[in-house]
Amino acid sequence: MKKESKVFRINARGLYYKELNEKVHQAVNSGTEELVLDNVNGQRYIGDGLAGDVKITINGVPGNDLAVFMDGPTIVVNSNAQDGIGNTMNAGKIVVHGDVGDIAGHSMRGGKIYIRGSAGYRTGIHMKSYKDLYPVIIIGGTVRDFLGEYMAGGLIVVLGLNRERSQRSTVHSPQKKIKGYGLPTMDYRLVGNYCGTGMHGGTMYIRGDIEDYQLGKEVKKFRLNDEDDKMLGKYLKEYCACFSLDFKEVMDTDFVKLIPHTHRPYGRLYAY
Amino acid sequence: MAKRPTPTEFIIERDEGKCIACQVCVRMCSNDAHSYDPETDTVTSDSTKCVGCHFCETICPTGAIIIKRNPSEFKLNANWSAQVIRNITKQAETSGVLLTGMGCDKPYPVYWDHIVLNASQVTNPSIDPLREPMELRTYIGRKPDRIELTAHSPQSTEKNKIPSAMDYRLLTKLSPQLKLETPILFSAMSYGSISLNACISLARAAKEIGTFYNTGEGGLHKDLYEYGAHTIVQVASGRFGVHREYLEAGAAIEIKIGQGAKPGIGGHLPGEKVSEEISQTRMIPVGTDALSPAPHHDIYSIEDLKQLIFALKEATRYSKPVGVKISAVHNVAPIASGIVRAGADFVAIDGLRGGTGAAPTVIRDNVGIPIELAIAAVDNRLREEGIRNQASLIAAGGIRSSSDVIKAIALGADAVYIGTAALVAMGCNLCQRCYTGKCNWGIATQDPYLTKRLNPDIGTRRLVNLLRAWSLEIKEMLGGMGINAIESLRGNREQLRGVGLSDTDLKLLGIKPAGEAW
Repeated sequence: MKKESKVFRINARGLYYKELNEKVHQAVNSGTEELVLDNVNGQRYIGDGLAGDVKITINGVPGNDLAVFMDGPTIVVNSNAQDGIGNTMNAGKIVVHGDVGDIAGHSMRGGKIYIRGSAGYRTGIHMKSYKDLYPVIIIGGTVRDFLGEYMAGGLIVVLGLNRERSQRSTVHSPQKKIKGYGLPTMDYRLVGNYCGTGMHGGTMYIRGDIEDYQLGKEVKKFRLNDEDDKMLGKYLKEYCACFSLDFKEVMDTDFVKLIPHTHRPYGRLYAY
Repeated sequence: MAKRPTPTEFIIERDEGKCIACQVCVRMCSNDAHSYDPETDTVTSDSTKCVGCHFCETICPTGAIIIKRNPSEFKLNANWSAQVIRNITKQAETSGVLLTGMGCDKPYPVYWDHIVLNASQVTNPSIDPLREPMELRTYIGRKPDRIELTAHSPQSTEKNKIPSAMDYRLLTKLSPQLKLETPILFSAMSYGSISLNACISLARAAKEIGTFYNTGEGGLHKDLYEYGAHTIVQVASGRFGVHREYLEAGAAIEIKIGQGAKPGIGGHLPGEKVSEEISQTRMIPVGTDALSPAPHHDIYSIEDLKQLIFALKEATRYSKPVGVKISAVHNVAPIASGIVRAGADFVAIDGLRGGTGAAPTVIRDNVGIPIELAIAAVDNRLREEGIRNQASLIAAGGIRSSSDVIKAIALGADAVYIGTAALVAMGCNLCQRCYTGKCNWGIATQDPYLTKRLNPDIGTRRLVNLLRAWSLEIKEMLGGMGINAIESLRGNREQLRGVGLSDTDLKLLGIKPAGEAW
């Protein structure tokens, strides 16, 4: 049987998340390989527990838990996304052209999250890798406190691109556009405080520097070696291709590497 | 640091007249408490290494070994007991948090032992369950506020025909339910905290009896997928082993917020216990610490909990019940109310005496409230708010017998979880050293030399025997009350009376004192 290969569009306007997701499941079950969701406005759980290699493009802002438990598909969000994208995700790819909210990639075990803009608090919390599953989050802009808290595996990269280009405003940062909203100075900080608190596995690469006081006590800062450069390059090239960025320009600035002191942060806590 | 010698907790008594130096105890003891001296051809014992599990005593072919509590106690002191002195000594030596296993062993009041059941005399007939049908079947899941039936089907429009129940059809779409043949489930015990043979025993027994076992937060071993229809899969804060296929494999999903033995804290599975097999089910690299944080990172409120409940329902396309397990704490009733309103299909509540594979002793023994009071408080609250039907209530934490089960149900629970009782059925003697991973009974260990001591066929049989026996006893007690279905006892607190309880206790439990009629 010949597979249906044309693009299938769903108008999400006015649809409750349950109805929208039901339509998505029906489309995927009937063999659709490419889906476009238009007028998405806060509907939760898009791509929840979805398997296979379908590509879903989202026009509008998807709601919380985008791609939670996802196991394979690719999701492209053409604007911002909310909290909990890629929560406990196993495999697949999420590309967000705007900013994302808090806990992106919470307990993510595999797959990739590529964010063009900035990310909120507790990004990549308790990420873990397992065998050939290796989760990767790349944040084009800045990120708030508790980046990589409890991190047990995988890779987080923070680029801080919007700090340099903020004046040109291709940057998706509502805080700067809305006068008097929030703490605009926060946006200029590459990474927030308590970075890597409780970290016991995985790697972070930060483009630029991070002050020691911003790090969790479990984390150590290093220069990148050749192997790091190779690793970083592998994923950054793919990232840059997603957003039409110049890879060389992005690699122009020095990165620092953050890894944990120990894989056993609480090994000596108990009286046996 | 030099160890200060303290009197041992146990004394291994070996009857030299009976001992044939066969060395079974030497080979079997995982704590190396026995040793053989070839020069003298004698077996000797080191009481300092004994944990009091009684395994050697059980297997000694000549009955030469007896394990006794050490009669040489410290000076008797009601305040500074031997246990207190031992704990302080241990911490002075190690500077560590004291660990323990199983449930709280402090002598808090056990309310079950102050509650008595009713029986029929003269004015209403009792029922003999051996000769009359007795219904223990229980459904766990959300029940509708009201049901709609078709008026009656066309064939019954014949003149003068009185429609029977079979002529009606249910129009209301029911929420997914778990069907239990007896109101007892096996509590969450992870592969990792217990051996695979213990997990297989629980799974097979659940299948044979028609009930469910619970994976705990250790993921699902590949050999256990075949028991999926009798499995509750748990989603805890570490999200270990949680993936699409795991969620799809279970008959229900339980979000673990807390457990009775360690309310409010997370857990650490130390790296040395993460073997190749454990690593596969938890989906983490071999040898790394598995840290279960205290809260779920995505749950800081009831609204957040609702988000996870529905993320799980969406992930499984609304095909199975999603419940939430919490430990019984002071505010348990409003919390349970929030959980029900967040869309949980069942709420599991684990009381102060609930067991564990490893917990800080200070938490296990001092945090949380007894399950009896929690059941009463939650059932009251949900009734008052008119939402009791929206979720089932599973009570856990120190259920020791069929009478505890039936009292829990009369207080307002739909069913109970048993953990410790199931382990005891498989051989456990409650030495409380689960956290060492050296369980001589092959239950709380991953050492292949030890795990093969638990034969899953025998484990299954013993668990099935236990549930059959308890079910029969429950039927006997029900029949005695003149009740022929467990459904009719649920929340029926008139069948309970308190003995030796204060007015406040009686009020909180919602029961009358013994001696007071209806």
